[in-house]
Amino acid sequence: MIYEGKQKIWSEYQKEIPDDHYFYVRSCIRQSFFPASEATFLDITRNRLGKDIFETEHHTTCGGIAYHSDTIPQETVMTIIARQFALMAKNGYENYVCSCITSFGLYCETMETWREFPELEAKIRENLWKTCKLEFAKPKFLIHASDLIYKYRNLIAAQAVRKLVNVHTGEPLKVVEHIGCHYSKMFPSKGVGGAEYPYVLTGMIEAWGGEIVDYPERRHCCGFGFRQYFIKGNRGYSLSNTHKKFESMEPFKPDLIITNCPGCPYFLDRWQYVIAESTGKTYGPDGHGIPALTYEEVAGLVMGYDPWDLGLQTHQIGPEPLLDKMGVEYDPAKKYLGKNGKNIGEPLPCTCLKG
Amino acid sequence: MVDFGFGLVPSSRINLDLFDKDKYEELAAVEPDVRICMACGSCTAVCTAGKFSTTSLREAIEDIKNAQPAKAVEMLQACQLCGKCSMVCPRGINTRHLILSITKTYSTK
Repeated sequence: MIYEGKQKIWSEYQKEIPDDHYFYVRSCIRQSFFPASEATFLDITRNRLGKDIFETEHHTTCGGIAYHSDTIPQETVMTIIARQFALMAKNGYENYVCSCITSFGLYCETMETWREFPELEAKIRENLWKTCKLEFAKPKFLIHASDLIYKYRNLIAAQAVRKLVNVHTGEPLKVVEHIGCHYSKMFPSKGVGGAEYPYVLTGMIEAWGGEIVDYPERRHCCGFGFRQYFIKGNRGYSLSNTHKKFESMEPFKPDLIITNCPGCPYFLDRWQYVIAESTGKTYGPDGHGIPALTYEEVAGLVMGYDPWDLGLQTHQIGPEPLLDKMGVEYDPAKKYLGKNGKNIGEPLPCTCLKG
Repeated sequence: MVDFGFGLVPSSRINLDLFDKDKYEELAAVEPDVRICMACGSCTAVCTAGKFSTTSLREAIEDIKNAQPAKAVEMLQACQLCGKCSMVCPRGINTRHLILSITKTYSTK
């Protein structure tokens, strides 16, 4: 092997990620799925790492869900996106970081479309001024939030209080990494490692002491597919996608799944419940499931955050076996207590799925 | 079990690890012609039963190679043994005999 040659090839799969000064845009669905993930991202980057991450309450959804469900035209979506970019410029930023993979894919698609069709860009510029009286601008760097955590992975490892290691055996935890399809499958050059060797989550896991599971359906979709789960009659396709992945990863006995998309952890988490309750099949040991966490939650765990502050109680798959393996201390009595100390309500116990 | 109003879609996955090589060799021993089929589909094109059902010798041979022999046997149940396929086969395969051999070798009844 010619090492220099390999380095040259790998350099083509890299992505430039600025170190600091970002305009942050939240996801419209993550806050209801896993509400603490974005707060954890901001706390880690701002307070633990001292970075300048700005967010404004004036930004909106990117329109991605409506766009991918064919309910609004592309020009409307582009105008929404142009408004987001204009807010970034108005607040003095040129680096744009978004929390959602669907948004990231849509921003990439929009920027590419504007590049290919300047007349369309001119029209959106006009739409933006007519509707919002805002000046059109484009980000200098477009980054997904997982890119940023990937860039800071070694800084996070330096502040880590624990690793992704089984404290009872000393073995690294077996981690399945699942990357959202819209991260780099549509525009490979926009993701770390491209579409062939996506490295964004693998880099985090390696830096934090875990071991990556390489299984046959590693790059298969989680089953999110908008038109699959929106319509009840199609929901079986979504479920079957997830089922295919779990059947493929099961022999490798993973301890944890880490994801960087809003939909993936949701479906990899909730569909385990549906599979268990409708077929009796569970994928973790002793009737438990495999915890599916966001990368912010995993970063929070290694940095010593309280698991209930990370919102792990909002997952269908109970995180306790994973916390025990990692040696995380937690108070079971506080699992369903909110920030104000009041009970937030507990889910009914499952028939087949433990935890 | 809970009925959610939707469920798993039957898998179309082909697992070649399940291919029964011994059984295939058993078939090839009595019917060596199975190895020379080039899947041109002439047999399917002229099949009398194929007009009314999904009978296809070409597909049945593929199913056997794809480790789905039950599907092949079920498909060939509709064959009337008219022999039109043997007249058009460019490889000169004795298709009627092949169909009977497949059914005999892979039938579980």
